[in-house]
Amino acid sequence: MIIGKAKILRSHGWQYIPDLDGVTLTEEFRGFPLLTDSEDKSAIKRAAAICPTHAINVSPFTLDMGRCLFCGECACCAPKNIKFTNEHRLAATRREDLIVMAGQTKPCFNREVIRPEISKFFGKALQLREVSAGGDASIEMELGATGNVNFDFGRYGVGFTASPRHADGLVLTGPISENMAEALDICYNSIAEPKILVVCGSEAISGGLFAESPAVERSFLNRYHVDLWLPGTPTHPLCFIDGITKLRKKQK
Amino acid sequence: MELYIRSNNNSSAIELSNIPVVDYVALYNDLKERMTDSRYHVAHYFATEVESGLRFFILILDDQTSEVLISSFAPDYYSEEGLASLTALHPQFHPFEREMHELYGINFNHHPWLKPLRFSHDRRNRESSMDNYPFYQIEGDELHEVNVGPIHAGIIEPGAFRFICNGEQVLHLEIALGYQHRGVESEMLRNQSRLRQTLLSESIAGDSAISHSTAYVELIEKLGEKGIDQDLNRERAVAIELERIAMHIADTGALATDIGFQLYQVACEALRTMTINTTQAWCGNRFGKSLIRPFGTNHPLTTEKIAMIRNNVKEIRRRYNEVRCDILEAPTLLSRFEQCGLVPTAEMKRIGGVGMAARSSNVRRDIRATHPWGFYGEELVHEPVMHDDGDVMSRLMTRMDEVLQSATYVEQMLANYTPTGKIPTPDYDVKLKTNALSFSIVEGWRGEICHVALTNDSGDIKKYKIKDPSLHNWLGLAIAVRSEGISDFPINNKSFNLSYCGHDL
Repeated sequence: MIIGKAKILRSHGWQYIPDLDGVTLTEEFRGFPLLTDSEDKSAIKRAAAICPTHAINVSPFTLDMGRCLFCGECACCAPKNIKFTNEHRLAATRREDLIVMAGQTKPCFNREVIRPEISKFFGKALQLREVSAGGDASIEMELGATGNVNFDFGRYGVGFTASPRHADGLVLTGPISENMAEALDICYNSIAEPKILVVCGSEAISGGLFAESPAVERSFLNRYHVDLWLPGTPTHPLCFIDGITKLRKKQK
Repeated sequence: MELYIRSNNNSSAIELSNIPVVDYVALYNDLKERMTDSRYHVAHYFATEVESGLRFFILILDDQTSEVLISSFAPDYYSEEGLASLTALHPQFHPFEREMHELYGINFNHHPWLKPLRFSHDRRNRESSMDNYPFYQIEGDELHEVNVGPIHAGIIEPGAFRFICNGEQVLHLEIALGYQHRGVESEMLRNQSRLRQTLLSESIAGDSAISHSTAYVELIEKLGEKGIDQDLNRERAVAIELERIAMHIADTGALATDIGFQLYQVACEALRTMTINTTQAWCGNRFGKSLIRPFGTNHPLTTEKIAMIRNNVKEIRRRYNEVRCDILEAPTLLSRFEQCGLVPTAEMKRIGGVGMAARSSNVRRDIRATHPWGFYGEELVHEPVMHDDGDVMSRLMTRMDEVLQSATYVEQMLANYTPTGKIPTPDYDVKLKTNALSFSIVEGWRGEICHVALTNDSGDIKKYKIKDPSLHNWLGLAIAVRSEGISDFPINNKSFNLSYCGHDL
C-alpha cells in the first residue's frame, strides 16, 4: 500500500497551477465576445433571433454576458460580427458592465464602485457560503473545483464554509427557484455584516433560460446589493478566482 | 385486444392513433403479473391533458427482448372513484403516481405514500408548500429526529433529509425534494425553438449535460425522420463515455474525501480536471455543453482532436488504474466501505433501480446493452459491469471498472476513425412528424435517462416529459442507510451521487 502511494505521487507529479493569473485557456473556450458592427445588419439580426435568452441587441449592437449561455450559436450565424475569445476574466462589479458593446476589446471591471471595507476586512481571508437555488450542478462543481488540487484558491485564504455564521459572504448560483427563495433569504440574513454577495453564472445573473419561468422567484436580487457578477454556463473556476481576487485587492 | 404497442429504442416516432387506448383495469391486471418479473421495469408513466380530460401513457422496458411496451388509457375525467394504485403492488411506480396525484389530483387508491413529489409550480394544490412537507414520524421516547437541509454543508444542491434515529443508528430516512424545481418541462414548451430546447436539455442536470442532450436530440431526430450519419453517432458515444469517466472519477474522489483519504482525493481531482479539460479542448465547455446538437454538430472531431483525446484518455486510464489498485488494497478504506449501505438485489428490483447503482446490486440494467441506441449495439457491443454486494464498496467498484471500460471504448471508437468532414452542422428547422409520440432512452453515467414528447397536428411539441435516473434511485439511498450509523450517511450519499435538479426539473 505504501509502495502504491509512492507510485501515485510520482505519476501525478505537481498538479497545482503556480500562477493562476497567467493561465490562458484552450482556443476552443468561449469567453469574452468581440463584437464588430457592420452596415449590413442581416447576420446580426439572424443571431439575435436565434439567441434563446435574448442576449443580443441589434441596434445598438450589444451582447449581454449576463444573459449569454456561451453556446456559440450566434457566432456560427454571424461569424463576421461575433467572435468568442478565450478570455475567461469576465467579472464585473456592476450589472450593466456585463453588456458588451461593439468594438469593446476587453471586459469592463469597474473598481470605483467596490466598497472600501471589502479589501479592509476580506483582504487576507475570505470564507464564503454557497447557496444553490436551482443551479444545475455544473456550476456547483466548478465552484468546488476552485479549491481543488489544481486551482487551490485556498492558498490565498479563500474558501467555502458550511455555516453562514462563519461566512463573510454568499455566492448565489441558479435562477432562484421559488421553493428555495425563502431558504436563500434566511441564509443571507444569517451572515454577519460586513458581507459580500457574489452572483455566479448566467442563470443566476439574469435567470437564463428560466427568466420567464413561473417556478422562479427572483426578488432577492432586487433587495440586496450585489458586489460581483460572474457570467458563464457554468462560470469557469478561473473566472471566479480572477473576480474574487480583483474584488479583494487594495485600491491604490 | 393488444394492450401494448411494441417498439424499440431505434425505431422512429409512433403515431398517437397507433397507441392502444385500453381499459385501466385490464392494464392493471396485466402489470400486476408482468412486473413481478424483473426483466420488466417502468421507464415512464405520465398523464397529459386531452380534450376529454386526461390521457395516461406508460412505457415499460423489456430487458430481454429490447422491446419498449407502450400503452395508454383515458379514464372518465369526472369519475371520483380514482384508480387502483400500482405502487401498492410494485413500489417502482411510486414517483410516477405521486407526480400525477400532485399535478392533477388523481387519487391512486391504496397508494402507501401519496405525498407531493416536487411541489412544482403547476401543482393542483397551491396551498401545499415545501415548509409543511408531511414527514413520516415514529413515536417513541428513545428516538430522535435529525433534519439536514435544504442547504447542505457543502457546495451542492439543496434537498431536505429527515432521519429518525435510535441513538446513532438510522431507523428511517425520508428525502423531501423540490427545492430545485425550475419548471424545465413547461419551459420546454414556451416556444418551439429547437436551440432553446437543446440548451434546456443541457441544463436538466449539468453533470449529465451530454447524456440529457443526447436523449433530447435522439428524440427530435426520431420525429424529424432524417437519417443520422454513423460518424456523428460515434462522436456522441465518445462524448457520453468521456462524461462517464469524468463523473465516476469525481465520485471516487468524493468518496475518498468523506473518509479523509487525501491522496486519492487529490489524485482524482487532478484526473477529473484532465478529463473535463479534454472535453473543453474538444468543444469549449468542460461539461460538454454545446457539443450535442440535433442532426449535426458545431464541433466535429478533427485528426488533431482525436489524437489529443486518445493521448489524454490513455494517461488518465494509466493513472486512475494506479489509484484503483491501491484502493483495493487499502484496509482502512475497505473497512469503511464494505458491508455498508446495503441494497439487496430483491430490494433494488422492487424499487425499479437503474444504472450503476442497480448494477452494483447485481441487477443488470444498462441501456447500452439492453436497449442500445446510436453507436451501441451493432458497432459497439457493451457488456455491463456488474457487482453483487450492493454496498458502498460495490458501487465504488462498479465506478472504477466502468472508468477503465469507458476508456477502452473511447480508444476503440477513435483508434481507426478518420473524420471525413461530412458531419453536418446542426439543423434546428426540421419539420417534426405530426400527432406522434417519440421517446428516447439513453444510459448516462448515473443510469437510464428517458425523454418522451408528444406532437400535435402542426408538428409542434405539446408535451415534454423528462426522467432522470435519480427519480428511481433516491429511494435506493433511503433504503441503503437504514440501520447504518448516521455518520455513514455521507459515504452512502456519495456512492449514489444522485441529482437534485434532475429529479425536481
